[in-house]
Amino acid sequence: MDEEGGKGGGQAPLSAAKWYELFSRGARDWLRHDEKVREAVRANLPEIIAGGEVINDGARTVRVPVRMLEHYHFRLRRPEEQQGAGQGKAKPGDVFSDPSQQQGPGEKGAGGRDEGEVQLLLEFKVDDIVDWLWEEMKLPNLKARVGPSDDTDWTREGWDRRGARSRLDRRRSFKELVKRRAAPGATQTFTDEDLRFRQLARRKQPAIHAVVFFMLDVSGSMSDRDRKLAKTFFFWVVQGLRRQYRSLETVFVAHTTEAWEFNEPEFFQVSGTGGTVASTGLLKVREIIDARYNPGRCNLYLFYASDGDNSVSDAAEARTALASVAADACFTGYVEVSSGLSRQLATETGKLFAELSGAGCAAGSYALNDFDDVWGAVRHFFSAETQTPAAT
Amino acid sequence: MSPDWRDYIRRIEELANRSGLAFHPVDFEAVPDSFMMEIAVYGLPVRMPHWSFGVRYIYQLIQRRMGHSRLFEVVFPGNPGHAYLAASNGLAENILVTAHVLGHADFSRNNLLFRRCQEQVSEHIVEHAANHARAIQQIIESQGAQRVETVLDAALALEQHIDIDQPLRRERYAEYVEEPKVLADDSFRKRFAALDPVAAGAVEARKRAPLPPHPERDLLWFVANYAPEMESWERDIFLAVREESFYFYPVFATQIMNEGWASYWHARLLREADFIPQQSYVDAIKCHSDVVRPIAADAQVSLAINPYHLGFSMWEKIVERDGLEAARHIMEQDDDFAFVRNHLTRELADELGLFRYSARSDGQVKVLEPELTSLHEALLAAKYNFGAPVVSAHHVRTDGTLELVHDSATDGRGLDLERSRKVLDYLQRVWRRPLVLTTVNQAGSTLELTAP
Repeated sequence: MDEEGGKGGGQAPLSAAKWYELFSRGARDWLRHDEKVREAVRANLPEIIAGGEVINDGARTVRVPVRMLEHYHFRLRRPEEQQGAGQGKAKPGDVFSDPSQQQGPGEKGAGGRDEGEVQLLLEFKVDDIVDWLWEEMKLPNLKARVGPSDDTDWTREGWDRRGARSRLDRRRSFKELVKRRAAPGATQTFTDEDLRFRQLARRKQPAIHAVVFFMLDVSGSMSDRDRKLAKTFFFWVVQGLRRQYRSLETVFVAHTTEAWEFNEPEFFQVSGTGGTVASTGLLKVREIIDARYNPGRCNLYLFYASDGDNSVSDAAEARTALASVAADACFTGYVEVSSGLSRQLATETGKLFAELSGAGCAAGSYALNDFDDVWGAVRHFFSAETQTPAAT
Repeated sequence: MSPDWRDYIRRIEELANRSGLAFHPVDFEAVPDSFMMEIAVYGLPVRMPHWSFGVRYIYQLIQRRMGHSRLFEVVFPGNPGHAYLAASNGLAENILVTAHVLGHADFSRNNLLFRRCQEQVSEHIVEHAANHARAIQQIIESQGAQRVETVLDAALALEQHIDIDQPLRRERYAEYVEEPKVLADDSFRKRFAALDPVAAGAVEARKRAPLPPHPERDLLWFVANYAPEMESWERDIFLAVREESFYFYPVFATQIMNEGWASYWHARLLREADFIPQQSYVDAIKCHSDVVRPIAADAQVSLAINPYHLGFSMWEKIVERDGLEAARHIMEQDDDFAFVRNHLTRELADELGLFRYSARSDGQVKVLEPELTSLHEALLAAKYNFGAPVVSAHHVRTDGTLELVHDSATDGRGLDLERSRKVLDYLQRVWRRPLVLTTVNQAGSTLELTAP
C-alpha cells in the first residue's frame, strides 16, 4: 500500500514531462547525418579548402558548402518526358511551365519530381582543420631553433601547509587526514595540520615566439590569380606555424621596384605596376628585423611569393640581401606562382634560392601553378624545414 | 489543450457507431508539434535510428518553417488504435480530427488489405516498432553504431522490396527439387535389371533446388535467409525492417481510399453532430474545406492530386449513387488500384477537372488527351510495386555471387545507374560476396552493374 501511494505521488510531476519532450530522435539522427557529412568533407579536405573561396578574411573558421546526403534506393532513370496527373482548369493541348519550379528552391515538387535542393553551409574551425591535416599529411611538428629564453611564467609546484584558500588541495588534505587517523588516539576530524595548499613557482619557458615575414611580389606581371594563390598558401603557412608557436607575429611586405610594409587586409589588395627588384623587399625585411626583432630571441621565417621575373641587374644585390636574411631565419621559403607558365623555378629568383639551399641554408622552393598544388607546397616546406638541420 | 475537446470524443464515437462505423477503440493523445513532426518523419512513434530520418526531419522542418504543411493528426491502426493530435489544434480542429480518426479506424479494421497485414504483423505495430528500436539499441551497444548503421543502410535501402503476397513469416525454400522418383516395378524394369544390374541399381540422386527456385522479389527476406556470411543480429535487423514494411504497405496502397473515407466521415459526422456549438461547427467546416482543397488557393492548376480531395469526392459520389452499404463493401474489398480503376468515372474526372500531362525536364508541361484508362494509370503509376522498381533475386552462383535482375519490361525503362550502384554498395557490405545487377541502359540494351 505504502509503496503504491509513494509511486502515485512520485509520478504526478514525472508525467507532466513526457519522454518525447525531453528527447528528439529527429535531432539525434540529424546529428548523425551531420557527422557523416563532416567525415566525408574531412576525407576530401585538402581538395575542398585549397580553393581560395572558402577562406574568409581574418575568421577562424572555414565555410564549406555541401549537399545533404541521400540515402539511396533503387529508382528508375528519369525519363525525358514524365507523365503525371493534375487537377485544375486545363484543356488538352494546353502548354504552360511547371508552376512548382518557379517558386524557388526548397519547394517540394509534385510526386515523382526531385525534392528541392537544400544546401548546407558547414563551418569548420581552422584549428581543427589544421590538426586533421597535420595528421593526414603526417607532417612533423616544427622545432624551435632558439633555445630556452628568459620568458618566465608561473607554474604549479609543490604543496605547503599555508596558503590561500583558493589553492586548497582537497584530495591531498584528505589523504593527510587518513594518514594521521591511522595513528592510535588521533583526532578523527580535520585539523589545520592536515590542510595542504598548492604552491606556485616561477619557471622559465622555452622560446615560443615566432615572426613570419610574408613577402609578395606585386609587380605588373603578377595577376590577381597569382596573388590569390599566394594568399591561400600564406594562409595555411600561418595556420601551420600557429600550431607550433604560442605567439606568432606576421609581417607583410610587398615590393615592385620599391618595398612597403602593409597590414594584412591591405596586403592582399595591393597591386603595383612596374618591374621587379627583389632586393628592395629583402632589404625592407632586413630593416624590419633590425628595428624590431632580436634574432637570438625569436624564430624568424620568411616566405616569398613571386613569379620569379627578377630584374637581372638586381641579382648580386638580391643575393647579398637574401643571404643576410637567411642567416637569421629559421627557414626561408620561395613559392613561384606562375599560372600557366611552368618554368619550374628556372627563373632569376628561383636560381637565387637554389643557390641558397645549395649552400646549406634552411631554404626551399616550390612552383605553385594551381590551387591543387597548395598542399604540395605546404607539405614540401614543412617537411623540408624539419629535415634541414637548423644551423645556428 | 482545451479540456472541452475530450468531452466530445465519447459523443462522436456514439454517433459514429450509430452511423454504422465499426472500429476498435482508439487512444487519443495530444502531443507537441515537434513530436507530431517526428511521427510523420519516422512513420511510427518510436522507430529505429538512422541518419536518413535525420535528412527527412530537416526537410520537414524547412517545409513547416515555410508554412507548407501542417499536421493535425497521425493515427496508427491496431487494437486499440493510437491517435496523436497536435497540441496546437483548436477545439474545432480537434472535433474534426476526432471524427476523421474514427473514419480511419473504421477503414483499418475492415479493409481486407489492412486486415491481412495486421493478421501478419499483429494489431500492435506501434509496440512492435518500439521493440525493434529497443532491440537495435541493444545491438548498437554490443556491436557498435558503425556496424549497425552499415546494416541499416542496406536494409532501409531495400525497405520497399518485399513480397506482400507472401506471408510475413515465410518458410525457407525446399532444399531439394523433389523426392526422387520411385521406379515402377514393371516388366520393363525387370528386363532392364537383368541386362545391366549396375545401371538399374543406381538410385536417382536427390537434386538440390536452384537458389532461389524462382525469381524472388522479397529481397529483405531473401538476404536475411540466404546471405552467405550474415550474422544473426544482422538478419534480425533485416527482418525488423521487413516487418515494418509489411505494416507500411497497406497505408501506402490505400492512401486515396483511406484518406477519402476518413474525410467523408468527418464531414458527415460533423453534419449530423447537433451537439457541437455553432461557432465550432463553422470553424470545423472551414478546416475541412482547407484539407480537401484540390489546388492551392492562388493557383490555377496543380500538377499533383490531393488524395484527400480525390478520395473524398469519389466516396461522396459512390454513396450518393449506390448507397452506404455498397460503399462499405467497396471499402472492405478494394485497394487504390481497384478503387481508382473501377470507380473514377469519366463524369467524375471531368467534374473534378482531372487531366493527364507530360512534363519535359525543362519544366514545360503539356496537357494530354484525357483518355480515362491512361488517366487512371497516370494517377496510380507512382504506386506500383510499393513505389519501387521491380528488382528480384534470380540466382546465387556457387561462389556466392548474387544475381539481381531488374524487370525493365514491366517498369518501362532502366534503373538510375548512379543510385543503383550505391544501393549495391550498401548491400555488398552485408552480402559480403560479389553482386551483379542487370538492367537496361538508355538505348534499351542490357547492362550489368557489379559490386565490388
